[in-house]
Amino acid sequence: MKTGYGYRVFQVINYFFLALCGLVTLVPFLYVILVSFTDATEYMTSPIVIIPKHWSLASYEYIFSTSTFMRSMGVSAFLAIVGTACSLIVTSALAYAISRKRLKGRKFFQVSILITMLFSAGMIPNFLLIDSLGLMNSIWSLIIPSLTSAWYVLLMKNFFSEIPDELEEAARIDGCTDIGVFIKVILPVSTSALAAFGLFYAVGYWNTYFNAILYINNDALRPMQVVLQLMLITSSTQMADPSVAAMLESEANIPPQVIKMAAVVVSSLPIVMVYPFLQKYFIKGMMVGSVKG
Amino acid sequence: MLQQDEDKMALQLADSSVAKTIGKRSWLKEWGVALRRDKYLYLLAAPGLLYFLIFKYVPLWGLLIAFKNYSVFLGFQASEWVGLQYFADFFSNPDFGLLFRNTMAISFLNILFFFPLPIILALLLNEARNMAFKRFVQTVVYLPHFLSWVIIVGICFLIFSQGTGIVNNLISDAGGKPIPFLTEPNYFWAMLTAQSIWKEAGWGTIIFLAALAGINPDLYEAARVDGASRWKQTIHVTLPGIRSTIIILLILRLGQVMDVGFEQIYLMMSAPVSHVADVFDTYVYRLGIQNGRFGYATAVGIFKSVVGLVLVVLANRLAKKFGEEGLY
Repeated sequence: MKTGYGYRVFQVINYFFLALCGLVTLVPFLYVILVSFTDATEYMTSPIVIIPKHWSLASYEYIFSTSTFMRSMGVSAFLAIVGTACSLIVTSALAYAISRKRLKGRKFFQVSILITMLFSAGMIPNFLLIDSLGLMNSIWSLIIPSLTSAWYVLLMKNFFSEIPDELEEAARIDGCTDIGVFIKVILPVSTSALAAFGLFYAVGYWNTYFNAILYINNDALRPMQVVLQLMLITSSTQMADPSVAAMLESEANIPPQVIKMAAVVVSSLPIVMVYPFLQKYFIKGMMVGSVKG
Repeated sequence: MLQQDEDKMALQLADSSVAKTIGKRSWLKEWGVALRRDKYLYLLAAPGLLYFLIFKYVPLWGLLIAFKNYSVFLGFQASEWVGLQYFADFFSNPDFGLLFRNTMAISFLNILFFFPLPIILALLLNEARNMAFKRFVQTVVYLPHFLSWVIIVGICFLIFSQGTGIVNNLISDAGGKPIPFLTEPNYFWAMLTAQSIWKEAGWGTIIFLAALAGINPDLYEAARVDGASRWKQTIHVTLPGIRSTIIILLILRLGQVMDVGFEQIYLMMSAPVSHVADVFDTYVYRLGIQNGRFGYATAVGIFKSVVGLVLVVLANRLAKKFGEEGLY
């Protein structure tokens, strides 16, 4: 194929521009990562770090030794593991049930789920509901209100509808109930979808933030995002939370700035690690969503 | 004649009421049969359906407190009705104008500067012939989408804060005056827009890349045969190919002008910028949750939701008028 001179110039500029976009995205992360590994005295003498001369793991050792940070990490890990498991069970069970054409009331259920995407009662009624359910200051207030989502249920239902009926029939002849069919036949052939939705949920639970601001008023139950906010944002604008302020004052005299950056790295690491899988599935999910039906 | 008509009507009435009772009975019977036959399926569906009932439908009942002088001691039922008092209070409050201005400004800056970027980026990515390079750039620019707003705003504070941020360190190193990026009201909306771009512009390309991939390659072939240059192909094949996607997304976006990134603004908000940062959601949070004015805050929330709903419906209608497939 013949390409003109102008097009080749365009190609060069285009590659340059795209590389620049990538760089603009990466540089803040790289900066944060580099500073988090910088030796404390080096950072204090010249805080403009590009490549540290003396590398150090002190900031990481320090935050892993503080109970404030570790506890919040435990809470977030609990949410990501237990929350994801609960969400997957509830979502897949409902999606499977409404994917069966013989289910009476199926259309009604689908429409009732679909229209919840169009409205929300809003912050205050939800807050009062959690309060009246007695979930305030319980870790379940961070799981149950986000147990499932209309969008995921409907996507998963589309997925289950494509599983051929023959699979189900065979198990039924062997005397399985619907629950048996679901567990023994449907779930094993849906592992890739379950993995994909599991990742969707896990990222959501790991990033749990505002529900904790609303429903949790107990330092022991703060998820990591709340502690991060107190460390990174509140501490520089308003009066800091005492436990977090104490945390930023390390005995080893590590500058708060370096501790903060290490915290950012630790809290984004799980997402960066699952990201290659996420990318594959998320894009697939988006495609499924963009094809109506 | 008249008598006959009346008789006929009576007969019809009797007929339809019989049909109704029969209908009711068979309806119940059908459900009975279905519930017995598929009891395990209903059991599977139950937790999820219960979730939607309790967490999506029941809170709608709670909206009634917007019309009540809610007292924690009296409870929901016993609190006295105040009618539209809170709505009247809100509309006559100077806060209303401020919230409205901030919401609109943040939203329209977003539409103006954020919205076109994913389209441009997708077009440019589509032109990149080196697949490994293209995939690498995509991987990088999608990443911030998955990080929480706490991390994004946190990194922004680490980089731009006045005392310790690297940008101001560099500025003062070069002999300049530190710039209060985070506390200067004039920069606040720009910071929000820039953050949104940094976090979501890359991710936003996906839908356009999908649309681009869906363009029939024969069209390009035909254009080439006609002697169209790459630029001409872009104008006459590529852009028309993604036009409907662009229009749909723009209209949907216009339908959501009342929704601005609540978490982002809540995190970025501080005393010096509060008059440019306060939007409906932050106001609801402050007055409702923090000050305990549940009724008033709920009224504000209802106002926002109703306007939002009307806008979505209008936007959808507009989309259909353009001959596009709507949201519903």
